[in-house]
Amino acid sequence: MGSYNWNWPILLKEPYFTWIITGFGKTILIAVLAWAIAFPLGSAIGIARTTDSRALRLGGTAYVEIFRNIPLLVQMFLWYFVVPELLPADWGRWVKRDMPYPQFLTAVMCLGLYTASRVAEQVRAGIEAIPRGQRNAGLAMGLTSLQVYRYVLIPVAYRTIIPPLTSDFLGVFKNSSLALTIGVLELTSQARQIEEYTFAAFEAFTVATVLYCAVTGIVILAMRVLEQRTRIAGTIAVGAQ
Amino acid sequence: MKRVLLALIASATIGTLPCAAVAQDGPVMKRIAETKTVTIGHRDASVPLSYLGPDGKVQGYSIDICLKIVDTAKEELKLEKIDVKFVPLTPQTRIPLLTAGTVDIICESSTHTIGRSRQISFLNTTFLTGSKLLVRKTSGIKKIEDMTDKVLVAVLGTTNEKAAQAEIDAKKIKIKGEIVKVKDHSQAMLNLEQGRADAYVSDDVVLYGLKSASKNPDEWEIVGPYFSYDPYGMMIPRNNDDFRLVGNKTIAKLIQSGEMAAIYKKWFEPGPTNINYPMSDRLKENFQLIALPD
Repeated sequence: MGSYNWNWPILLKEPYFTWIITGFGKTILIAVLAWAIAFPLGSAIGIARTTDSRALRLGGTAYVEIFRNIPLLVQMFLWYFVVPELLPADWGRWVKRDMPYPQFLTAVMCLGLYTASRVAEQVRAGIEAIPRGQRNAGLAMGLTSLQVYRYVLIPVAYRTIIPPLTSDFLGVFKNSSLALTIGVLELTSQARQIEEYTFAAFEAFTVATVLYCAVTGIVILAMRVLEQRTRIAGTIAVGAQ
Repeated sequence: MKRVLLALIASATIGTLPCAAVAQDGPVMKRIAETKTVTIGHRDASVPLSYLGPDGKVQGYSIDICLKIVDTAKEELKLEKIDVKFVPLTPQTRIPLLTAGTVDIICESSTHTIGRSRQISFLNTTFLTGSKLLVRKTSGIKKIEDMTDKVLVAVLGTTNEKAAQAEIDAKKIKIKGEIVKVKDHSQAMLNLEQGRADAYVSDDVVLYGLKSASKNPDEWEIVGPYFSYDPYGMMIPRNNDDFRLVGNKTIAKLIQSGEMAAIYKKWFEPGPTNINYPMSDRLKENFQLIALPD
């Protein structure tokens, strides 16, 4: 590092300061919106994989295997460059020319669908970790299948999987950096842009690192609080402590 | 025996004195003298300045000039032989690798700017270009003013992106949305080919290179007067005046001997990729200015 000229104040100069702030905002927005897709969709697919319906199980398995086996970078590329070409010509033209925020929305959708496959696996694991007897006991008491899920399986399963779900939630923030490959100006790409303009590489990436750590730190704390608040005495969720 | 040894050491020291004197200023020359190796940073696809040929060999206009600089360094240091090591770089890795001393000199297609000179040092300008637009011939775009309601794509962080933004702001051109920023030339070209974007702004030499390499070169044209000034130079670490002198001296000598014109012809007129980019009058003038007397 002998000849490197440290220049921290450059980060406070315009336009670089604004770039960092808008990039950081976009990273959070992508992550939160992607999670808003991933959590409900992943839950539905994860639950589908534990039901008695063969068709639902097959569909869920197919989804999970497709979305988690293709590298996320490749998925970004496929959604952005390949899918519009496969659509009917008019739709393709609309996606390519008239859809608002094309890069941003593609990135959110892609990240959401990918993360859903991971959430689905956590949900399935959480439900399958509950002894089969509880489900049977519920059914024997006269609850419908839906009621067994609603009142017996899901409340326990979701509490069990808070720690691994936290990892996936953090993953969304970190994976959002791949959106730069299709042209979304999130935190990492803004850091790159500052580096290209000023050659102040270490400063730009240091501040990006600190911001990523800050936001993931907050998420970890929030999830920990959630875990404590929702704990039910006497369930396996406590046993796992 | 002891006396013989001392004499040997003494004569060896005296023998190395001249090079030690040359190598005093900066770490780069000292490193070259010690390791007898020059490490050149290069790009993989900056055609035809710095790229990997079909046989995987590092080649290009900038590389040829740098190899001449290596020859001069070898002479100055009175080395019998000198090795050249090539290290591939990306725009993200080049500055860290140069400041950390992993590479001694970067030979590719970087615009010399004042901001960048805070971190590293540029040799004298060896290539001149500027921003233009690559468009489909049928698009009807002839200059940047025609971009109203059209989509413009640029590579993130390039001087071209900056220049295009300034031009759009100054002339109050209402392009569609904001400039789409992608990570490399091939992504920009993909955006253009798929009709997601109408024009790609880059250095015109890069655009000529892309056009000559595209599936159907006749479909494309490069339009517009220059709206930025992009002088390229080799990059070396700062505070290496002696190494910088070796570089600039080599460049001056190449121009005076006519070798520079030959190197240019080899790569650009029409060049291995058929780029056909004749030497501009501006570049000729630039060469006259930096061909300093001995």
